[in-house]
Amino acid sequence: MSNDRAHADHVHEHPTWKQYKWVALWLFVITVVEVWAYYVPAFVASRAFVPALLLMSAVKFTVVVMFYMHLKYDHAIFRKLFTGPLLIAGATLVAFLFLLKR
Amino acid sequence: MTTATAAAGAHEAHEHTHYTSTGLDNKKIAIWAFIGSECMLFGSLISTYLVYKGRSVAGPFPHEAWTSPTGQVFKPILDIPVTSASTFVLLMSSLFMVLALAAVENKGKPGYEGTLGSSRFWLFATALAGATFLGFQAYEFTSFVHEGLTIRTNLFGSSFFTLTGFHGTHVAVGVLWLMTLLFIDMKRGLGPKDAILVDICALYWHFVDVVWIVIFTLVYLIQ
Repeated sequence: MSNDRAHADHVHEHPTWKQYKWVALWLFVITVVEVWAYYVPAFVASRAFVPALLLMSAVKFTVVVMFYMHLKYDHAIFRKLFTGPLLIAGATLVAFLFLLKR
Repeated sequence: MTTATAAAGAHEAHEHTHYTSTGLDNKKIAIWAFIGSECMLFGSLISTYLVYKGRSVAGPFPHEAWTSPTGQVFKPILDIPVTSASTFVLLMSSLFMVLALAAVENKGKPGYEGTLGSSRFWLFATALAGATFLGFQAYEFTSFVHEGLTIRTNLFGSSFFTLTGFHGTHVAVGVLWLMTLLFIDMKRGLGPKDAILVDICALYWHFVDVVWIVIFTLVYLIQ
């Protein structure tokens, strides 16, 4: 019974080939936009440059984690095991920058 | 006799799967816990890089030219076109990795025949892409050293080589892992029952990819 439940948990839904290829295409397009933005001096000098790059990076990060790492389809315990330390890492980064960057 | 055979089969299955009281495979829980700890490792390395960013007293600098007291001119050290190409290769390797996992999980099913359904082909493609990324990194490190930037030159050199070196080491470990899976696949074949072995390698590989997504933006693109 327990093994059946375990097996049922393991055989979870995964994205299809078509979805994988769409994800790859989006990752490629976002990377091209990021690099293009780097070569536009007016945009680099603007206040929107850093937030835009961080946003694009965050979108790529999320897409890979949700679809390629299957976190969107997997058990909640895996999401907790990943997002917990990720939040600690993010908080550490912000704290270091706040305390030491001045 | 039948009960004994069934019990032996169940025991064998249990030995293969190692499910825990949560109903989840312990290998998968372990790899996610490991990835969580790696998040904190790379979080600290990226924090260090950002804290030291712009604090180097002497060049070469990542995005600005620099003239040394002796009059030697150093151009901006980062080569964005080369790094963009290596980023593209690593992103594509993640696609190859999911296709390798899908090929192993669906081996023998309709639609998974031929080269495009071959786990060997996709595992080899992923390992090759990882090795290509390492080649780009070796080229980058070598050219930096020739241009006068080493790990001891300035704060940028120390934090840059430490961060990207750690990431490159992770890619190298991933390539070795992929080559091991490829070897097993060629020797006895990987099928649906082995999917967990490929799955945990895939999770590690995608994690290495997402770390590079962050490094590419924070280190290379943001000036």
